[in-house]
Amino acid sequence: MEHIPSPTVDLVSLAPVLVLSVFAMMVLLVDLYVKRDKTLVIFISLVGLLMTAISAFAKFDLPVHSFNDSYVVDELSVFFIMIFTLSSALAILLSIDYNKREGIRMGEYYSLILLCTVGMILLASSTDMIMIFLGIEIVSICLYVLAGIRRSDPKSNEAALKYFLLGAFATGFLLYGMTLVYGATGTTKLGLIAELIREEQIASKPLMLMGIVLLIIGFGFKVASVPFHMWAPDVYHGAPTPVTAFMAVGPKAAAFAAFFRVFAEAMPVLSPSWESLLCIVAVLSMFIGNVGAIMQTNIKRLLAYSSVSHVGYILIAVIAKNSLGSSSLVFYMLAYAFMIFGAFGIVILIGRKENEMLEIADYSGLAYKHPLMAISMSVFLLSLGGMPPLAGFVAKFYIFSAAIKEGFVTLVVLAVLNSVISFYYYLKVIVYMYMKEPEGEFQISLAPMTVFVVVIAMVGTAGLGIFPDPILYFTQH
Amino acid sequence: MLEQYIGAGIMLLVATAIACGMVLLTSILGPKHQFPDKMEPFECGESQLVSPRQRFSVKFYLVAVLFVLFDIEAVFFFPWAILFQRLGVFGLVEMFLFILILGVGLAYVWIRGGLDWE
Repeated sequence: MEHIPSPTVDLVSLAPVLVLSVFAMMVLLVDLYVKRDKTLVIFISLVGLLMTAISAFAKFDLPVHSFNDSYVVDELSVFFIMIFTLSSALAILLSIDYNKREGIRMGEYYSLILLCTVGMILLASSTDMIMIFLGIEIVSICLYVLAGIRRSDPKSNEAALKYFLLGAFATGFLLYGMTLVYGATGTTKLGLIAELIREEQIASKPLMLMGIVLLIIGFGFKVASVPFHMWAPDVYHGAPTPVTAFMAVGPKAAAFAAFFRVFAEAMPVLSPSWESLLCIVAVLSMFIGNVGAIMQTNIKRLLAYSSVSHVGYILIAVIAKNSLGSSSLVFYMLAYAFMIFGAFGIVILIGRKENEMLEIADYSGLAYKHPLMAISMSVFLLSLGGMPPLAGFVAKFYIFSAAIKEGFVTLVVLAVLNSVISFYYYLKVIVYMYMKEPEGEFQISLAPMTVFVVVIAMVGTAGLGIFPDPILYFTQH
Repeated sequence: MLEQYIGAGIMLLVATAIACGMVLLTSILGPKHQFPDKMEPFECGESQLVSPRQRFSVKFYLVAVLFVLFDIEAVFFFPWAILFQRLGVFGLVEMFLFILILGVGLAYVWIRGGLDWE
């Protein structure tokens, strides 16, 4: 009776996942015994995220491969874990006042955010396609529930159902793509695939090419790129606002991390076959996202379309596939996290109990009543557009320079053109705030935690824009 | 190599022919007497009192979901039990962790009232 060899277990490199899973379960159980006041639950969640961020640094001498080469701790994954924990913490902080106002009293909410973060960490650290699939599933299932957590609101229900049906469909494409790649190469390990496709015979198999196309569809849906973006405006609109901000940052960053690992790290040899496809997807995302945003009258839908266009810019980092591409991807996601949480923080602050004030016209004359709030919103929107000296500008600059280095001049010219288009609708909101007469009364109660998030986002947006060097140094080394 | 499938092929053809033939023969030879009772969906027994297309209480779905969850647990147990000795201590510890996590789920469902029917 010989023993089956156990895989190379390395619990230390798995520490962030383990710590966060334990905390998520703890939140679930503690919540059963606290009735109305969720302070303890929120506190445990935040401590859990902090511990996770710390435990990400448990490994030295990166990269460390473990679990038979299906899990890796490298600079990319450590940086992404920082972004995930930051975005989840900001989402929880944003939720505190919002949930009180909107009467969302479920403690599962916080547990789901933590579990979703576990999925995101797995997604960014996996080097095996089965693990990537599992990560995507964990993230998606938590998001389906989070999008529909306002059970009595039909919009929230619609968002959850749409997201679930389309998401399940897209997961099918992704899985089918993975099986075809497995059929062509005989392995699900990204490292082995990278070696095997150096042989012409495997790389030119139609199975492999079909697999790549299906993988692009699957990932394209998860990051909401055109033409797989149709769910994004409805889901972003219907989901509770903190969840929308969370969805626009964390899970998207995680999907991009996996996107980068599968395409830029494992399949650079095959780039002639996927590069042009991704270029088309990127350009379409930018144009349709920006043109779609121009026509919106609802601030959440506007930000949803603008996030579709941002996906186009971020895809350029994947297409560039050099080391500058990966560091600019990380930097962009960090900057994007600050901008998005800031903008949605203001959206939450302006809303009140019966009226969430989501129409852009509701922002008329905000500058006269609440100048500080109008200035912050302007800063976040201008940064999203890419105005120097804010974070959005530096982030775009590094992505574009990574692409220029690889010779994608046309792509970058189109992207810059799109940044100019995007200013139209960002400025439209600012025009409403500064140049229109107030239509109704603003009843803004400055909820402390939401203000705190906006201040953090402000510091991040301005700080990353004016002093990008320290963070850039970290992303590049 | 294909020869070994000839038998199966013939079997397939004969089975299809018999099935199709039966349906064809009854439709040609059978008496065609139509009256209202015969056209009802369930010709035998009592006539139905209510339409079977009713809404079910959502509780049934909850139970079904929970059943699937804990059924999967059993699915994982069988291969583990068969390979128990070969998996060694590692397998034992892993399985206990698995049960622990499921136990947290069960405790959550129980205390939340997911198992109460009323």
